[in-house]
Amino acid sequence: MTDQTPALRLEGIVKTFPGVRALDGVSLSVMPGEVHALMGENGAGKSTLMKVLGGIHQPDEGQIIVEEVPTVMTSPLQAKSKGIVFIHQELSLAEELSVAENIYLGELPRRSFGRVDWATLYARTDAILEKLKVGFNAKTIVGDLSIANQQMVEIARALTVEAKAVIFDEPTASLTDAEKVVLFDVISDLQSQGVGIIYISHRMEEIFKITDRISVLRDGSYRGTLETRNTNEEEVTQLMIGRALDLSRNASSHELGDVALEVRGLSCGNMFKDVSFEVRRGEVLGFYGLVGAGRTEIAETLFGLRDPNAGTILLDGEEVRISSPADAISKGISLVPEDRKGQGLVLGMNCRDNMTLPQVGDLSSGPFVAPGTETDIFDKYKEKLDIRTPGWKQTVGNLSGGNQQKIVIAKWLSMHPKVLIVDEPTRGIDVGSKSEIHNLIRELAAQGYAVIVVSSEMPEVLHVSDRIVAMFSGRVMRTFTSEEVTEESLIQAISGITATDKVA
Amino acid sequence: MASMSKADIGRFLARQGILIAFAVFIIGFTLANERFLSPDNVMGVVRSSAILGVMALGVTFVVISGNLDLSVGSMMSFSTIVVLDLHDKIGPALAIPAMFAMTLCLGAFIGFLVGYLKLNSLIVTLGMLSAIHGLTLTYSGGQNMDIVDKEGTWFAVFGQGSALGIPVPILIFILLAALLGIILAKTPFGRKVYAVGGNGTAATFSGIKRARVVFLCYVMSAFCVAVAGLIQASRSMGSQNTVGQGLELDVLAAVILGGASLLGGSGTIFKTVIGVLILGFIQNGLLLIGLQFYVQYVVTWVIIILAVWLDIAAKRGKLWSNIA
Amino acid sequence: MEAGKLSKFLKNGAIWGFIVFELIFFSVAGQFLSLSDKAFMDVDNMLLLLKQSAPIGIIAMGMTIIMINGNIDLSVGAIFALSAVILLDSMTWTIFAGLGDWVIPVSWGLALLTGVVLGAINGLIVWKTGVDAFIVTLGSMLGFRGLVFMYNGENPTSNLNWTLVDFAEAQFLGLHTATWFLAVVTFVIWYVMTRTVHGRNAYAIGDNREAAVNAGIKVGPHMLINFMIIGFLAALSAVVFYSESGSVNPNDGQLYELWVITAVVLGGTKLTGGAGSILSTLGGVLAIQLLRKGLGHIGADTSTVNLVIGLILIAVLFLDRQLNTKGKEELKI
Repeated sequence: MTDQTPALRLEGIVKTFPGVRALDGVSLSVMPGEVHALMGENGAGKSTLMKVLGGIHQPDEGQIIVEEVPTVMTSPLQAKSKGIVFIHQELSLAEELSVAENIYLGELPRRSFGRVDWATLYARTDAILEKLKVGFNAKTIVGDLSIANQQMVEIARALTVEAKAVIFDEPTASLTDAEKVVLFDVISDLQSQGVGIIYISHRMEEIFKITDRISVLRDGSYRGTLETRNTNEEEVTQLMIGRALDLSRNASSHELGDVALEVRGLSCGNMFKDVSFEVRRGEVLGFYGLVGAGRTEIAETLFGLRDPNAGTILLDGEEVRISSPADAISKGISLVPEDRKGQGLVLGMNCRDNMTLPQVGDLSSGPFVAPGTETDIFDKYKEKLDIRTPGWKQTVGNLSGGNQQKIVIAKWLSMHPKVLIVDEPTRGIDVGSKSEIHNLIRELAAQGYAVIVVSSEMPEVLHVSDRIVAMFSGRVMRTFTSEEVTEESLIQAISGITATDKVA
Repeated sequence: MASMSKADIGRFLARQGILIAFAVFIIGFTLANERFLSPDNVMGVVRSSAILGVMALGVTFVVISGNLDLSVGSMMSFSTIVVLDLHDKIGPALAIPAMFAMTLCLGAFIGFLVGYLKLNSLIVTLGMLSAIHGLTLTYSGGQNMDIVDKEGTWFAVFGQGSALGIPVPILIFILLAALLGIILAKTPFGRKVYAVGGNGTAATFSGIKRARVVFLCYVMSAFCVAVAGLIQASRSMGSQNTVGQGLELDVLAAVILGGASLLGGSGTIFKTVIGVLILGFIQNGLLLIGLQFYVQYVVTWVIIILAVWLDIAAKRGKLWSNIA
Repeated sequence: MEAGKLSKFLKNGAIWGFIVFELIFFSVAGQFLSLSDKAFMDVDNMLLLLKQSAPIGIIAMGMTIIMINGNIDLSVGAIFALSAVILLDSMTWTIFAGLGDWVIPVSWGLALLTGVVLGAINGLIVWKTGVDAFIVTLGSMLGFRGLVFMYNGENPTSNLNWTLVDFAEAQFLGLHTATWFLAVVTFVIWYVMTRTVHGRNAYAIGDNREAAVNAGIKVGPHMLINFMIIGFLAALSAVVFYSESGSVNPNDGQLYELWVITAVVLGGTKLTGGAGSILSTLGGVLAIQLLRKGLGHIGADTSTVNLVIGLILIAVLFLDRQLNTKGKEELKI
């Protein structure tokens, strides 16, 4: 392989954002015909790296080299014209248009007077679809397709150009096993045509099945490349998790209190079924599973954002129905949502007003808001959680991710909830703030709060939880105590491997 | 650092652009006609802006909550016609509360559709513009409404009276602006309006009942419309069915000129009052220097586009858009 | 999938079903109330209905493109009026005095040019400043109307050209001139939206703007062209209407945007862009015109028409939302 020129090479890529060094000298090379896995925890810098490669971000240092030609990428389109094609996890399709129009979006073949050359369009599309062996045709409306088939449309787009390198970003997240087989066939087809492939995924099983080499990112820096056939899951995992963060196990030393929240047989549509668990005062209960396993949906149900169709919820031993977030809050359940900017904060509002938003009515003196009391609360929690902001007047949108998250947490702490649910507590937050927020969660448990942490980062769950609920495809596979859990058993549980013997 | 401060200056100019333009207008008009800033003229401008202004106060709530209200013009016609009709039938003391009740019902209906049923506010209020116009015509049978005994009623006080040397419409405008300004800036409800308009999802996730907030904004808007209808009816003591037609756009123009974003979450009552006065003074100034009323349309057009453009240019940090 | 197809079929067919319902309802109700001695579905009556649909219908085709593209245009009424003023007034300009009836195509050209230029102004502002189309066209709705008044004050502009009137009142294969214009415009715009690269890109932009930009589609020029098309069509509508009437008041065309948007929304075009059909818009236009005529037929006055149309618009919005909610999958927000 070494005598060949790489299809794509990244050299010493550095990218900083205000407050965060997102990429710290990352290098990577992909040979023609190679499937190269890119792994790393969420926030390790994979998506930033891909945005640099696609020209959405310009690197501060380093260069992108396509077949030994240094290239400046300015847009995904331009990258495509250089033979670098992306297949995104988030679909970017026009749902009302046909499959053919989506595949050739922006490049529809023309006849005179700007007319679309439908014959050519459909012929070309059918040729591509045939290669993919899909069950729909060029004229199908994309909105009528399943998510998996929409993913195939995205893949089909990559086949319209002479690709030198194709980047797959979590392509199997929404595919069934049968669809995965087709996808892997497509990948090996591309491989045999001499296309270099970067394959981003969290799923070890796939990585070991189809890739040739594995490169690992952690905290924005490159941690090494392993030959897939000469390594094993443990080695890769260790490289990914590292020890940069203090992620030692952290079972509570203090006494646990009474059961604060108990859930029995809770189900909601197709999202989760027959979920039971309990959480005590002073305890941190972790929820771990792949995207789509139903973790977030459980949190949303407990917060009154979804109506369950079966099951009971008991707060302090009493059965409750939670009809809305306002209802949940009044009963003492709080949620720090996963989408901080979309769900957690009013970005245009100042820090103080965001923090006191749920209780602005309760704090009022007479008919008026009580700015003095609100500022006191803000100052207290600014101090307590070490929120770094010039003052309460600062617009929340201007703060760093870590400080924004602290404001969301403070919003609920100041109301002393019975149960605090934190969904993805450190998504998109830099390493320093991460450990601060982890410590904070531990501290809250020590103060006697019942805390539920939902996370897709295994080290995080292992670090903060007293017990861990492993979920797969809407079901609870197993609940681990922190003494008995191992990374291997956890990964197996959330991949559904124990499913056969547990469910049957 | 030098470029920073330059950007800051640009941002300041853009933010205050509307006030600067306003100041230039005032100075220009004053030089062109010394009567422009005379107390009589200023009073006249404010007085003639009062109806528009009162309606704009309510619409400010709706816009900050992230919605639109295009129905205020035809709703104002409705209020005016109803109160004039009822005046002669059941007397002013009963006619006024009856008219308020009916107008508030219309506002509640719109609030229900937009707030609780979550329908698109632009289309709902466009539909209501037409529907309320029809309702008004049905009510009046297409006839103009007139109070028969124009001398023998105290009803004229709202539009024509004055207290402490200030015309009552101006007093009502000032008092209502103060009241609504306090509600918006100083009460929990006001805070919730900003939160709902700024990020409705985050507001819901904070336990705010978004539907109710939106509903109340429309009720508030209807209340202001009823007040405007009362002033209009009392001032003219008679009216056509179409008295408010087209006002919804002037109202929206005033609110936008004041700097409220149509995306919601920003704007203040004070700024809306400034927006109303800008429209009023421009209209008056153009008339004073001998131009026809319709020149105002063209000037308003240019000013609205410039005001919004500068505002978003300041936010994105460059003058021209990023659209390819 | 099946349910999706069914609701799609219902949605696409709904407007025509509604038209059939209106026809039956007004025929039966008209007989029953015996208010009118003429049957509702009289041929002449229907031909007249098509003709009367033309002014709104022609503009509605343009609005459909604009809304599919993800924008809106509130200034069409003002463009309509200004083009009409140019049309009628330019026929009296002394430089054209020697042209005789050849002044007609010249004036038509000038009127249409006016519409295109005004549309281009809207489009350029939306493109270059990035200000929302709603605000831009709200402003130009006032501004263009101001220009109408500045042209001739508050007086009507009149010029009746008998050649033109004959042309406008002519019937070819039974259909009036205006109907032919509507038919041709509907066909051309349908062709543009379903068969040309520009039309398909307009859908893509309205559907998923980010995806369109990433695919290298130039959003700005497409928006500009669409605003020019709707300007042209507003002017064409004026040409068709005022060739016959010969007199334009400065307030003419007010509230046209309301009627046009109502027709487009009734036809099922998505408010957020990306979806909509020209033929369904034609259905929306006919449905509104039927409603106006039908209510008149059974003795209701214009006030009822306004009331009913407003409520129908809201009802359609409600039904559309009910059909499109994903039920359990969606958060209760």
